[in-house]
Amino acid sequence: MRRAILIAIPYVWLLVLFLIPFVIVIKISLSDTALARPPYFPQWDWSLGWQGIKDFFRELDFENFVFLTTDSLYWKAYLSSVKIAVISTLLTLLVGFPIAYGMARAPEEWRPTLMMLVILPFWTSFLIRVYSWMGILSQGGLLNSLLLSLGIISEPLIILNTDIAVYIGITYTYLPFMILPVYAALEKLDGSLLEAAEDLGCSRTSAFWLVTLPLSKQGVIAGCFLVFIPAMGEFVIPSLLGGSQTLMIGKVLYEEFFSNRDWPVASAVAVVLLLILVIPIVLFQRNEQKQREAEG
Amino acid sequence: MKKTLISMTAVMALGSAAVAEEVHVYNWSDYIDEELLAKFEEETGIDLIYDVFDSNELLETKMLAGGSGYDVVVPTGTFLQRQIIAGSFQKLDMSKLPNAGNLWDVIQKRTDVYDPAGEYSINYMWGTTGIGANVGKVKEILGEDAELNSLSLIFDPEKAQKLSACGIHLLDAPTEVIPAALTYAGWEGGPDDHSDAALAKAEEVIMAIRPYIQKFHSSELINALANGDICLALGWSGDILQARDRAAEAANGVEVTYEVPKEGALMWFDQMAIPVDAPNPDAAHKFLNFIMDPENMAAASNYVYYANGNKASQEFLNEDVIGDTAIYPDEATLENLYTVTPFEGGEQRSLTRLWTKIKSGT
Repeated sequence: MRRAILIAIPYVWLLVLFLIPFVIVIKISLSDTALARPPYFPQWDWSLGWQGIKDFFRELDFENFVFLTTDSLYWKAYLSSVKIAVISTLLTLLVGFPIAYGMARAPEEWRPTLMMLVILPFWTSFLIRVYSWMGILSQGGLLNSLLLSLGIISEPLIILNTDIAVYIGITYTYLPFMILPVYAALEKLDGSLLEAAEDLGCSRTSAFWLVTLPLSKQGVIAGCFLVFIPAMGEFVIPSLLGGSQTLMIGKVLYEEFFSNRDWPVASAVAVVLLLILVIPIVLFQRNEQKQREAEG
Repeated sequence: MKKTLISMTAVMALGSAAVAEEVHVYNWSDYIDEELLAKFEEETGIDLIYDVFDSNELLETKMLAGGSGYDVVVPTGTFLQRQIIAGSFQKLDMSKLPNAGNLWDVIQKRTDVYDPAGEYSINYMWGTTGIGANVGKVKEILGEDAELNSLSLIFDPEKAQKLSACGIHLLDAPTEVIPAALTYAGWEGGPDDHSDAALAKAEEVIMAIRPYIQKFHSSELINALANGDICLALGWSGDILQARDRAAEAANGVEVTYEVPKEGALMWFDQMAIPVDAPNPDAAHKFLNFIMDPENMAAASNYVYYANGNKASQEFLNEDVIGDTAIYPDEATLENLYTVTPFEGGEQRSLTRLWTKIKSGT
């Protein structure tokens, strides 16, 4: 009995916070747009009983998903989002891993402080932090003034309103999500394993490649997912830092929802986005399971 | 000091003991003299909760979803019309609006297109979409005889190219820029043509100058013009007039003008309406009636530099508002202004798609 309750809690959680909203979104994605409140058709009509439910389902179709294939805008936006998310994830890993490594190697009494410093930016609103990047990256901004005064460049660099600014923004914003899981993995690492490796003739670098890196793999993978998934659907960063040529699916979704008032197509875009994200997650988990079975 | 603190706490305690009446108003940002809000609370004893938004799309999404919790909202005419059809608003109870007699028939005649006979809304402010220019820079580049009131400044590729180094901004609003492009091109279907042929023509006109446009943005152009960062913008009258005043205050040598294009300009109307599910429609009517008081309406216009639809308020307007033809156009200019109608479902999709293509090249 107790076991059943324990298992039920996460399932109820999943049902209420994920499955039900998702089913509602799927329902809207199969509807047609209408000038009404809310702006789609059909609506449940309880008063008609069973007939009403049958009529309701007859009205649903996959038209909106077909529509997504007719305009190159959508797949271009998905592809561009994948590209931006992959590059930003790699950048976050490149910056985040050394930081996590340094934290795990730091004297034990420093670690809580270092951890605090990683979390500290969350105390300021995300929006304000992105706004301040606008001030840093603009043509008359801090970065350009600094580089100009040092004589490194003679013309201000155009960074704001380009894809580069988007990469910087995403890497900066999601860095803690990479550092924390990698740090957790590295901190657990048993130091005697490294000593053993060195005793057995490994140089420090090869010990890092052969011992540290494989043992931190789980943290790296978790961090990559924590960065990649939200970056894929990011809206705020590309709209504030990116230019009008920056194409991301989050912006397309916003236009469908707000400019076109087409909730059904917006929902279809969201469903496809979720499917795109679910596939790698499932593949990854299956791979993990196989590995565990092989080991076990 | 201590005494005031004690009495303040007492007042607050009293206030929360009795259930205070509230009215929730959702208006455009920087669109009212805030002293009016305090005055309304003082006169009626109703708590006024005032929120702001900066895009019609945002408001429309709230109206279509329903349950916004607002008692008074301020959509632009074209959006209002669509939301009325969707059933978002309730009919006004004219018996609660004795000040409605102050409204200006000239404006009402035009807003009837969106809300016939003003059953659902009253006009708050109206304005035009026209040309903001940095006079010194434009004349330096194009010569002393440059026509500052011609759309060719923006849409003639030759002129736009010369001005591009100095910077051109357009509104990020297809429903404003496309009619302007069609007006410039002298399109036979008129600026309000929603057909594919008209959109194709507009695309051709805008793509010809696309390389010379620095940015599509609806609010940055105020600062950019005032600081002299750009030379030229297609924008809303009151915004450009604010840029003019900011530049004058800063005394930075930048002189900004607003001109209604001689080829014709878009005239738009922001209307106050009451959502169908407003929690307190009674207080909403009181707010509308308060706004239609001539002195209150004049105070709002004197503050934000937009014209209003209230005839009786005109005697209370400052000379730099009522006397400025950029705000209150003369008869001849008024003749030259056009209004537009909303884009319907499929048309809206073509419009948004075209706009994405113009902006991003995809």
